[in-house]
Amino acid sequence: MTDLDTFREETRVWLEANCPAEMREPMGEDDICWGGRSFEFSSPAQKQWLDAMAGRGWTVPAWPKDCGGADLSGAEQKILSEEMKRINARPPLQSFGIWMLGPALLQFGSDEQKRHYLPQIARGEVRWCQGYSEPGAGSDLASLQTKGVDKGDHFEVTGQKIWTSYADKADWIFCLVRTEPDEKKHTGISFLLFDMDSEGVTTKPIKLISGASPFCETFFDAVKVPSEQIVGERGQGWTIAKYLLTHEREMIGGSDSAIFAKSDLISDAAQAIGLDDAGRLDDPMMRADLGKFIVDEMAFDAHVTMTRAYMRAGNELGARSAELKYLGTELNKQRQSLRVAAGGADDLVWEGASNDAGQAAKDWLRSKANSIEGGTSEVMLSILSKAILKMPG
Amino acid sequence: MEILNEDMGLVAESAAGLLNKSHPITAFRALRDSGIALGYDKAIVGEMAEMGWMGIALPEDVDGADFGFRAAGLIAEEMGKNLTAGPFVSTAVLAATVLRNAGGDALAQWGPRIAGGEAVIALAMDEGVKHRPDRIVTTATKDATGVTLNGRKSFVVDGIDADRLIVTAKAGDALMLVMVDPQTAGVSVTSQVMLDHRNAAVVTFDNAIVPAEAILVEGKAAETALTAALNAGRAVLAAEQLGVARVAAEQTFEYLRTRKQFGVLIGMFQSLQHRAADLYCELEQTASLVAEALNALDQGRDNAEALSRAAKAKSARVGRQATEEGVQMHGGIGMTDEMDLGLFMKRDRALTEFLGDAGYHTEWLLRQRGI
Repeated sequence: MTDLDTFREETRVWLEANCPAEMREPMGEDDICWGGRSFEFSSPAQKQWLDAMAGRGWTVPAWPKDCGGADLSGAEQKILSEEMKRINARPPLQSFGIWMLGPALLQFGSDEQKRHYLPQIARGEVRWCQGYSEPGAGSDLASLQTKGVDKGDHFEVTGQKIWTSYADKADWIFCLVRTEPDEKKHTGISFLLFDMDSEGVTTKPIKLISGASPFCETFFDAVKVPSEQIVGERGQGWTIAKYLLTHEREMIGGSDSAIFAKSDLISDAAQAIGLDDAGRLDDPMMRADLGKFIVDEMAFDAHVTMTRAYMRAGNELGARSAELKYLGTELNKQRQSLRVAAGGADDLVWEGASNDAGQAAKDWLRSKANSIEGGTSEVMLSILSKAILKMPG
Repeated sequence: MEILNEDMGLVAESAAGLLNKSHPITAFRALRDSGIALGYDKAIVGEMAEMGWMGIALPEDVDGADFGFRAAGLIAEEMGKNLTAGPFVSTAVLAATVLRNAGGDALAQWGPRIAGGEAVIALAMDEGVKHRPDRIVTTATKDATGVTLNGRKSFVVDGIDADRLIVTAKAGDALMLVMVDPQTAGVSVTSQVMLDHRNAAVVTFDNAIVPAEAILVEGKAAETALTAALNAGRAVLAAEQLGVARVAAEQTFEYLRTRKQFGVLIGMFQSLQHRAADLYCELEQTASLVAEALNALDQGRDNAEALSRAAKAKSARVGRQATEEGVQMHGGIGMTDEMDLGLFMKRDRALTEFLGDAGYHTEWLLRQRGI
């Protein structure tokens, strides 16, 4: 047996022994474990599963051991994920800390910062949110105006962020702040970390068309942020932000992305609409749309597979994360539109007795944000045309 | 995006090297202008054999290279990029895969000749204007003297001047694959020059009698052999079409970077940038799907047929997008014969019809999913 075979065998045995049966059931949005100081576990099994995985460093298997990870190689990570999939194990922990802040700290953080913040993320103890967009800085993010004034041992942060995902539930924020007002817009920004319990921080959820409020307005009124809580150098914030955005886009674009509601589109459509005498969906136009969707979904899944292998081999995705983000989000919008079209009047239902009443309509509405959050599809196409295709201007 | 292992990397490199040097687009243009009906330069068969390409899908005991379909796809993609004409898909992929599945004397006899570049063999299967390999009217009747064939085959790619034809026919309800010498009495082969300046013959069988040994395989085994060949052909042709689309797109992107109007480079215009970037994204995911399909065939995965069909459907759609956007973004100059774009557009159109278009394969995928 090769080392990898041994690793697979041991992983399989350990997962069988340690993954509670409840954590192998299909999961809905409410079953996601986000972690954090005020997180309420939906069951003892959820906490047990988190603690067991975190104990092995497997909530963040690729990270170094002293940062809470397991230092697994690309091949070992693949085996772990295959073995988890084999028993339908739920992800033990999902968070912006894992997806976004972690990679940025590993790249740009000091050794002290890595050893302090990363293990807390890995164990699900601290939940992070991202302070990027502002009312006047959306697609043109680098024009942000939240200011951080140097007061010697701390920065005094004042301003407003918007579209801060789960700011009302987060413990800490990683935040882009203009600390160098005399520099040009891209070089005057710093990357600060601070506690959401700090004096002067307030949040206000924004109600969306789906009825949910995953995003907040976040206000900072002379918040004191200790000087050592800056990541990288002063003025380096945009570089870090761009690096982090590539990870956000990979995350949003991935085919098993947490924000894409999954459903069995084809069998749901067959059930809702029915088949004709020849066994075809009894709606030729929708059938043609579904056919096109099936092919596009297979192409995208293949592309995700290839991209993962490319990254496991040690390549950085860079601007190409925009390609995954664009394709994945447009595909998901297509999926949700087809789903409600197939569901017809059933999927107009907003409130009802059943548990999932209104879910399809809400998922459909939620999906409209996919091609806006993390950079719009139009911004993605502009990035690709300049960075990859070398278009002028 | 796919990371090629060392062997595959060498295949891609040598294909790019040879085709770029000896059979670039200018060579195809010269071939077309010379007006030869065959559609390819006969010398290329020997060259490709020397590279090991003609035997790429054949086992080593019949002089094949046995390198798999991923390798065949890499070669086909380069042929697409360079518009290289030659009987690679017809002979080295389709015929070779039928023979490999049929085995026996026919493989022993014809395998080495294919691998050695001494035989061109075309698959005669379609009968109507669209690819429907299961709609066969051509009959094969067995009797004491051998097998009598009657019927008409259309769109027989590389059928003109072929050494043999592999013909699909119905023996009662069963499928039969028959190896036919086109010189046989009762067989007539009519040359048709197509829009892409390649040749696709019409072949008629009028009480053509071939010996019983000409039967390659029949019944269930014939279906298996034909399906294997078609799946391989689909994925390899998708790779060729991807190559066509990639170069049509690259030439167009280069035009956007250099053409000035209104006092600026037209690549400054966001309406064109976004369409170009969308095309780039589509090409990249098509490349991944094609690679995944070819790998699935080589690994014998259960989903290989679905992936091959999806790859063929996707490459047809994206090939059309690349060539149509290419002509439109070039403007008037894109309509001229002087530019290569028209050649790519014509080849793309033919590749879409060969072994089935997007609608045909999407229909199968819908059926497979139960709707």
